[in-house]
Amino acid sequence: MNYEVIVVGGGHAGCEAAASASRKGHKTLLVTGNINNIATMPCNPSIGGSAKGIIVREIDALGGVMGEVADKTLIQMKMLNYAKGPAVKSLRAQADKITYPREMLNLLRKEKNLDIKEGMVEDLIVKDNTVYGVILATGENITSNIVILTTGTYLKSDILIGSTRTRSGPHNEKPSMHLSDNLKKYGFDILRLKTGTPPRIDRSTIDFSKTKREDGDREYYTFSHTNPPVYDIDNQEPCYLIYTTEETKKIINDNLHKSSMYGGLDDITGVGPRYCPSIEDKMVRFSDKEKHQLFLEPESKYYDDIYVQGFSTSMPKDVQEKMVHSLPGLENAKILRYAYAIEYDAIYPTQVKPSLETKVLNNLFTAGQINGTSGYEEAACQGLIAGINATLKLEGKDPLILKRNEAYIGVLIDDLVTKGTKEPYRMLTSRAEYRLLLRHDNSDLRLREYGHEVGLITGDKYNKFLEKKNNIIKLTNELKEQKITVDNEKRRVTTTVYDYLKNPTSNLKEIIKTFNMDLNYRDEVIEEVEIQIKYEGYIKKVQREAEKMLKNEEKQLPVDLDYDKVPNLASEARQKLKEIRPRTVAQAIRISGVNPSDISILLVYLRKYYNE
Amino acid sequence: MNDTIVAISTTTGVGAISIIRLSGPESIEIASKVFTKDLSNTESHTIHYGHIKDKEEIIDEVLVSVMRAPKTFTREDIVEINCHGGVAPTNKVLEVLLKNGARLAEPGEFTKRAFLNGRIDLLEAEATMDLISSKTDKARKMSINTLTGETSNLIKELRDDLVGIISNIEVNIDYPEYEDIEVLTNEKIIPSIKLFKEKLEDIIKKSEDSRVIKEGIKVGIIGRPNVGKSSLLNSLLEEEKAIVTDIPGTTRDIVEGTIVLGGIILNIIDTAGIRDTRDVVEKLGVEKSMHIIDSSDLVIFILNNNEEITEEEKELLQKLEDKKRIIVINKIDLEPKLDKSNLNNYIEISVKDNIGIDKIKDEIKRLFNIGIIEANDMTYLSNARSISLLHKALKNIEEAIIEINNNSPIDIVEFNLKDAWNNLGEIIGETYTEELLDELFSRFCLGK
Repeated sequence: MNYEVIVVGGGHAGCEAAASASRKGHKTLLVTGNINNIATMPCNPSIGGSAKGIIVREIDALGGVMGEVADKTLIQMKMLNYAKGPAVKSLRAQADKITYPREMLNLLRKEKNLDIKEGMVEDLIVKDNTVYGVILATGENITSNIVILTTGTYLKSDILIGSTRTRSGPHNEKPSMHLSDNLKKYGFDILRLKTGTPPRIDRSTIDFSKTKREDGDREYYTFSHTNPPVYDIDNQEPCYLIYTTEETKKIINDNLHKSSMYGGLDDITGVGPRYCPSIEDKMVRFSDKEKHQLFLEPESKYYDDIYVQGFSTSMPKDVQEKMVHSLPGLENAKILRYAYAIEYDAIYPTQVKPSLETKVLNNLFTAGQINGTSGYEEAACQGLIAGINATLKLEGKDPLILKRNEAYIGVLIDDLVTKGTKEPYRMLTSRAEYRLLLRHDNSDLRLREYGHEVGLITGDKYNKFLEKKNNIIKLTNELKEQKITVDNEKRRVTTTVYDYLKNPTSNLKEIIKTFNMDLNYRDEVIEEVEIQIKYEGYIKKVQREAEKMLKNEEKQLPVDLDYDKVPNLASEARQKLKEIRPRTVAQAIRISGVNPSDISILLVYLRKYYNE
Repeated sequence: MNDTIVAISTTTGVGAISIIRLSGPESIEIASKVFTKDLSNTESHTIHYGHIKDKEEIIDEVLVSVMRAPKTFTREDIVEINCHGGVAPTNKVLEVLLKNGARLAEPGEFTKRAFLNGRIDLLEAEATMDLISSKTDKARKMSINTLTGETSNLIKELRDDLVGIISNIEVNIDYPEYEDIEVLTNEKIIPSIKLFKEKLEDIIKKSEDSRVIKEGIKVGIIGRPNVGKSSLLNSLLEEEKAIVTDIPGTTRDIVEGTIVLGGIILNIIDTAGIRDTRDVVEKLGVEKSMHIIDSSDLVIFILNNNEEITEEEKELLQKLEDKKRIIVINKIDLEPKLDKSNLNNYIEISVKDNIGIDKIKDEIKRLFNIGIIEANDMTYLSNARSISLLHKALKNIEEAIIEINNNSPIDIVEFNLKDAWNNLGEIIGETYTEELLDELFSRFCLGK
C-alpha cells in the first residue's frame, strides 16, 4: 500500500512528526529499528531546562505531544530562573525513563491513521530528485508521497570508549549502515558530529549522606496549556549535588591519553558540542578550577540507575571505575552502564529549507539530530514542524514558518538553515534576540492560533484558549478602571492599578487580595496581564526592533536568482548566498560573511531584475 | 529605504556656501522642526529664507529648497539647505538634523535610492554600485579609525568589562543549576556598572574635546583697552595669512575671525570693541569679560608689562583659574612696571617686535593636547556618529542603573547592558551573538 507520510525513526522528532501527520488525517507509517525504543531518552533523564522548557510549551501550543506526555510521567518539576525575569523563566521536569516512552507509545498506538513498523531504513526510493518511499535492510520497498527522516544518532554511529571504536547506536542498538552514504550519493553534504553520555550508577551503592539534596518546587506546574497537573507535589524524586575531588582530577590527568578524544583513538573527526564537554575536556580547558559540580539524577521510579550529570567521558572502563570511586558518596558505587562518546553522521542543515523540506530532494523532510541539533526538545519541535509542513504540502498549502520574534522554534530553524552549524546545536536563551517576546507565559498567545489553523488545536483546547485571551483583555481593561490609594514616598497617591503595576516590585495577586478586589481570574491570566503591563516599555522596544526585521522579511529573494550574475558582490558573500539561497532579504542579512554593502548591491540588482 | 537620510553634498570648508541634502519620507517634517518656518504646506520646488535653530538657539541663516516626490533626484521628498560654507556652521546644521531623526547617508546612498526608485538608468547605477562597493570599505575603515587608536582600545576595554558581566548573567540564565558559577545579582553588579559609567563618561568627554578641536576652538581675547588685543589679533592674522570672514555663529557669540593655526581652527569670538578705537573706556568691564570667558573654550588674557596690575585684573585672574587660559604679558619692549610675583605660567611677548607669538601657538597646542589635525570632513562625520553611539550606550547604562535601583529582575537590567554593548560594538564595527556565545563558552565551564 501507499502511505502519505513515512517517518523514519522513533525518537522525539519522529514521535512528533508521526503524531502530527496522522492527527491531521494523513495515512502515516512510523518505521523504527526497535519498537521498544520509541521515545526513549538515551541521555539525561529530564525534559525542559532553560529555553528548552519554553520550546516544550511551544510544542504544546502548536498541538504537539511532548508536553502532555512529560506532564503525565514526570517525577520532579522545577521552574528555573524564577526570579531572573519574566522572559527567562523555564520549566524543567525530571522525566521517568520507563513511563515516558511507554506513555508515548500508547499515545501513538491510539492514532488510527498511524501504523508502526520495525525495520532499518537503508535507502530511499528516488526518481527525478524526488523521493517516493523507503527501502529497508530486508530489501522491502514501501512507497509514500513524503518521507521524514528523524534518524537521530543512528547514521553510521560509532560508540567510543577509551581506545575502542564499535559501530553501534546508543545502548547496543543497530545503526543504519548505508543510509548516510546513500544520502551522499543523492547530493547531500555529510557532517560528522559527536556527543557523549555519563556513567549510570546503582542507586543502592551510593552513600547519599555525603551529597546535597535538591528537591522539586513546592508549586504545581504543567507544560500543557490545557491539562491540569497530575503529579503529586509531595512525592517528587530528589536529585543530589556533589563535586569532583582532587583525586578525580589526578586520575583524569594521569590517564588523559587513554581517553578516545585525547589520543586513545587517532581517527576522531566528529565535532563535539562546546556546551556539554566531557569531564576530561573540562579538566583540560579549565585546569585552574579545583572542582566541578555533578548532579546525581534518578532515571526512573522503577529501576535503580542514577545518571551522573556532568560526568560524561570516553575514558576506558577501568579508568571510569577509578574516576567514579573518587567521588564523594560513590566510593563503593557500582557502575551499571559505562559512559561513552558517540560519533554519527548528520547533514549540513543549510541544505534544508525553513519548512524543513530538503533542497536536495523534493518531498524529503529532515528533523532532529540529522539536522545537526542536540537535545530532546530541539528534536521534538523540528519533528512537529516537519510533520505539519509535510502534510501542508500534501494539502497544497503554504508551509508554517515561524519567525524569530514568534518562537524559539523559529530561532532554531532559522539558525540552522541560515547559519548552519559545526557542532551539535543546543538552544540557549542568548540565541534569541527577541527573547523578551518568547516567554513561557505567552507561548499559547504566540502560537495557539497557528496550531488551530493547521488543524491540531480544536474543540476544548481551542475554546479554552479563546476564553483565556478574552479574559486577558477584560482584566487589563478593569485594571485601567480600578483605582487604589497607596503610600508612595511618604505621599498618599491615588492611581489606577494599571499604572501602579508599572512599579517593578508590585504584585498583582497581592494587590487584588489587599484591596479585596472582585476580580476572579485564573492565575495564568493574572500573571500574563501583570507581565504585559509591567514590562510594556521593554516589550514595545523589542517589538519595534522585530518590526524592522519583519520589513526585510517581506522582501522576497527570487528562487532562481543567479548570484554569479550579481556584479560587485564580495566573494565570500557570493559563495554564502549561493550555498544558503536565503528566501528573504532579512535572512540574507543574518548570514555571517554577508556585509551591509553586499545587501545594498543585492537590492540594486534586484531592482534591475524585476524591471526586466 | 523607509528612513530619511542626510549628508553634506558639497565639500566642506572649501566653498562659500555648503549644501546639506535630506531625502526620504520625513525630509520635510525634519527640516520643519529645525527651520524658523513650517514647510509642511509649501509648494514643491520652492525656496524659503529663514534660520536653522537648535531648540531656541539660532545656528545659521539659510535658504531652504523644498522638492516633493516624485520629481526629484531620488524620487523621494528632498530638502536642500544652503548654509554658510564654514566647517562649524555646516557641521552644526548637519548635527541638528541628525538629532531630529535623520540618518547619516552611506556613501552613494542618494544615487542608490535614485536607482532603486527608477530615477536613473542602469549605466549610471552600475557606476554607483562600484562606488558603493569601493566606498563602503573605506567608510568602514574610516569609522574604525576616526577615534584615535587609544580611544578605540578604550572602547574595546569597555566592551570587555561589559561582556564579562553579560556573559556571566547569560550563563546564570542558561545554566541555572550551576552552583559553582557566581550568581550575579543587582547588588553584585552595581559597583562595576557605576565604574563602567564613569569610564564611559570620560571617553565621551574626550571624544567631544577632540570634536571641539575639529570644529574649531572658540578663543576669547580679553584685556584693558590699549593692552594690545587688536594688535595681537592682527599679528596672528597676518602671520597666518588667514582669510577673515564674517560668519554668523550663534546668538551668544559672534565669530569675528577664523585663523587656521597649524591645522587648528581658532574662532576668535566677540571681538567687538577690540578694533573700535573710539571706545576708549578706561575700565576693563568685568561683566563683559565674564561673558566672553563663559562662551570661550580658551581665553587669552593680556596684561600690560608697562603698567601696574589693577584690582579688576586681579579679580579676573582669579575667575580664570578653572578655565583653559593663556596669560600673556605684552609690551616687554617697554619698561617693566608689572609685579609678576603673583603670576605663574605666563608668556611674555612684544607684538610690536614680534616676540613670543610662537609661544602662544605652542601653548594652545599643549592645552588642547593635539598634534597635527587632518582637515578631513569624513573623519568628522563618522565621529559625530561615534559620539552619538557613545551617548546611546551611556543612556543604556543609566537605564540599567535605574532598573537596578528599582529592584527589577536581572534579565531586564541585562537587556540594557546588552544594548550598550551593541552600541559600543557598532562604533568599532563588531556586533552580535556568535561573539557572545564564544565568550560564554570560553569563560565558563559548563556541561552534562
